[in-house]
Amino acid sequence: MNVDVIEDERQHHFVLNMGPQHPSTHGVLRVLLKMEGEYVLDPQPVLGYVHRCHEKIGEYKPARAFMPNTARMDYLGALIYNQGYAMLLERAAGIEVPRRAEYIRVITSELNRIQSHLLWYGAYLLDLGAFTPIMYAFDDREHILDTLEDICGSRLTYCYCRVGGVCKDIDDKFIERTRAFIERLRGRLPMYEKLVNGNIIVQKRMKSVGNYTPELCARYGVTGPLLRAAGVEYDLRKAEPYSVYSEFDFEVPTEQQGDAWAAFNVRYREIEQSLRIVEQALDKLPEGEVMEAKVPKKLRLPQGDYNCSVEAPRGELSYYLVSDGSDIPYRIKVRTPSYSNLSVVPEVCKGMMIADVVTSMGALDLVIPEIDR
Amino acid sequence: MQTLNSYAPEIIRIVMAVVGGAVVVFGNALVMGYMERKLAGHFQRRTGPMEVGFHGLLQLVIDGIKLMSKQLVIPAKADKPLFMLAPIISFAPVFLPLLVIPFSDRIQGFDLDVGLLFVLAIASINVLAVLVAGWASNNKYSMFGAFRAVAQNVAYEIPMLLSLLAIVFMTNTFSLRGIVEAQTVWFIVLQPVAFIIYLICMVAETNRAPFDLAEAESELTAGFHTEYSGMSFSLFMMAEYTNMFIVSCIATVFFLGGTSGIPLPYFEYTGIIWFLLKVYLFMFFLVWIRWTYPRTRFDQLMNLCWKYLLPISLVNLLITVVVVKL
Repeated sequence: MNVDVIEDERQHHFVLNMGPQHPSTHGVLRVLLKMEGEYVLDPQPVLGYVHRCHEKIGEYKPARAFMPNTARMDYLGALIYNQGYAMLLERAAGIEVPRRAEYIRVITSELNRIQSHLLWYGAYLLDLGAFTPIMYAFDDREHILDTLEDICGSRLTYCYCRVGGVCKDIDDKFIERTRAFIERLRGRLPMYEKLVNGNIIVQKRMKSVGNYTPELCARYGVTGPLLRAAGVEYDLRKAEPYSVYSEFDFEVPTEQQGDAWAAFNVRYREIEQSLRIVEQALDKLPEGEVMEAKVPKKLRLPQGDYNCSVEAPRGELSYYLVSDGSDIPYRIKVRTPSYSNLSVVPEVCKGMMIADVVTSMGALDLVIPEIDR
Repeated sequence: MQTLNSYAPEIIRIVMAVVGGAVVVFGNALVMGYMERKLAGHFQRRTGPMEVGFHGLLQLVIDGIKLMSKQLVIPAKADKPLFMLAPIISFAPVFLPLLVIPFSDRIQGFDLDVGLLFVLAIASINVLAVLVAGWASNNKYSMFGAFRAVAQNVAYEIPMLLSLLAIVFMTNTFSLRGIVEAQTVWFIVLQPVAFIIYLICMVAETNRAPFDLAEAESELTAGFHTEYSGMSFSLFMMAEYTNMFIVSCIATVFFLGGTSGIPLPYFEYTGIIWFLLKVYLFMFFLVWIRWTYPRTRFDQLMNLCWKYLLPISLVNLLITVVVVKL
C-alpha cells in the first residue's frame, strides 16, 4: 500500500538505518530509510560492504582460472554462473561441448535453480514473520545439496563446469536420487500451497505491494521473475535458448499484477517448471563423453569482445569479456541481475510502510555478494 | 489460602500469597519456555532442545544461568534510570492478577468483587513498561516497537473488555469466582462470538505472533527490547509468559467454566488440575498460531480491531443485553 506523503518542511522526518546488519536484508546490505512515522519517504540502498573485486581479479589470471570466482558471486546460483562463464569461453575459443555434458549442465543448473528458489521461499516467509516454512524448505533443499555434493564436491560454491564440458560424469546413483527428489518435491508442493500460499495473511501482506510495470522494469533493467511478474514473458531459456534448452518442453510462468504476490507466484511456479526440465533431461540423457578432448592446455582467446547471457535464478546474467589475444582477459564485466533489481527499490518503495519495504525487498530475492561482486 | 483465614495471622497469608505467586510465575516461565521450544521444534520437523537432561528438560535451567551471568549492557546514550526501570515495571505487576484468579474452589488469594477490572487494570501496566523501554533505549527500532505496542494494546483492550462484558451482563458480577459459579453451561457455548473475539484480542494483548508487531524481528530487529540483554531481557520474557498465563486464565474462567470438569477427590483443591489443563490448552493455542502464521501488517492489525472486532463485539453486547433483559 503506497500513500502519497506530502513533503512538508515543518514535519519531522528521521532516517532509519536498516542494515548492514539487519535480519531482513539477508547479508550486508544497508538501506537508509528516510521515514515519516511508519511511512518511508525515501529508501536509499548503500552498497559495497562485500566488494571483493572479482572482475579485477579476472584481469590478472588465465581466463579459465576465473571459474571459481563466478561461483562466489552468487552463492545460490553457482552452477548457473559456472555454466554461463564456461559458455562464454567456449564461444570465444570456438569449442564444441559434448551433448551429454550439455545435458548434465542443464540438470545441475536447474537443480541449482530449484535450490535457490526453495531458500528464497523460506527466507521470504521468514521476512513476513512466518518462522516455520523455512525449515520445510531447507529440508527439501538439503536433498539437492547432498545430491550435488556427490558429483560436484561442494555444497554451495561449485566449480563443476569446465571449458569444453563438466569435470565429472554423473552416475546412476545421482540419477536415482534426483528422480527420487523430483517425486518427493512434487508431493510436497501441494502441501506448501495449502499451508502457505492459501493463507489469508500471506496474501494480504503481499497483494498490491510494489507496482512493477513493464515500462518501469525496462527503465531499470529489471529481469527475471520480477519482470515476468509484471506480465512480460521474457526468459532467456525460451527467448534465446542457449545450451540444449530448446529441446525441453516447459512454460515460462507469468503474472499480470506486478506486485509481490505475483513475483511470489512466478517463483513458486518456476520450481515446478524446473522440475519438468530436470525430468525430461534425465529421460533424454545421451551417452558419451562429458569433456571435449581437444581443449588446449593454454586457452588463448582470439582478440575481440565476447558476450554470453544466461538466465540465473534472479534474472539475466551476462558476462562480457574483452580479449587482447593473450590467455589473460583484458577485461571481464559481469552483469548480475540483483544489482539492477535492487536499483528499482528507491522508486518502488517510496511511500510504503516499513513492513512493506521488507516485503518488496524480499520479493527481489537479493543475494548481496552478487550485487557487490 | 482462604482456609487459613481463620487462624493464620495476616503476615503469613501475605508471605504465602507472594510465594505462591512466585511459584506460579517462575514455574509457568519454565514450563512455557520448554513447551514453546519443544512445540516449535516439532512444528518445524526438528526435535527442539535434546541435549541438557532427558529430552532437554533442564535446558531452561541452563538458559536461566546463562541469562543471569550475562553482562547488562546499557547503551551509551540511553536514559539509564528508565532503562533499568522498564523491565521491573513490566515484571513486578504480573504477580498481582494471580491473587484474584480462582485456581480451584479453595485456592485463590482473595475474591475481589471487581476481580475482572482488577486483572485488566494491572495487565495494562505492561504497556507502560514497553513504552518506557522503547523510549529509554534511545534506539529508533525500540521506539517504533514501543509506539506500535501502545497503539495496539490500547486498541485491543476495548473489544476484549466488551466481549467479556457480555458475560458480566449475563452473570451480574465482576467477581471471577462468581462467574465460574454461574456457569452451568460453559459460556463458550452461549457466547461463541465473544469467545472468538476474546481469542483474537488475547493474542494481540500479549504481543504474540501473528500480532507481534512490537517486536517484529524482520522489520524492527527485536522491537522494544532490542537493546536489552541478560536478565533485563529475561524479565521481559517472563512478564510476557505470565501475561499469556493470565489471559489464558481469564479465558478459562470466562468461557471454559474455570475448574469444572470430572470431579476428583478433594475437588476443592484438585480442581486446579482441570483449571491448569484448560489454561495450557490456550497456551498451546498461542504457541501453535505463533509458529504457523506470518505476521500481519500494522494497518491491517488496526483495521481488524477498529473495523471488525469493535463493531462485532458491540453488536454482540447489545444482543446479549436485550436477551438478558427479556
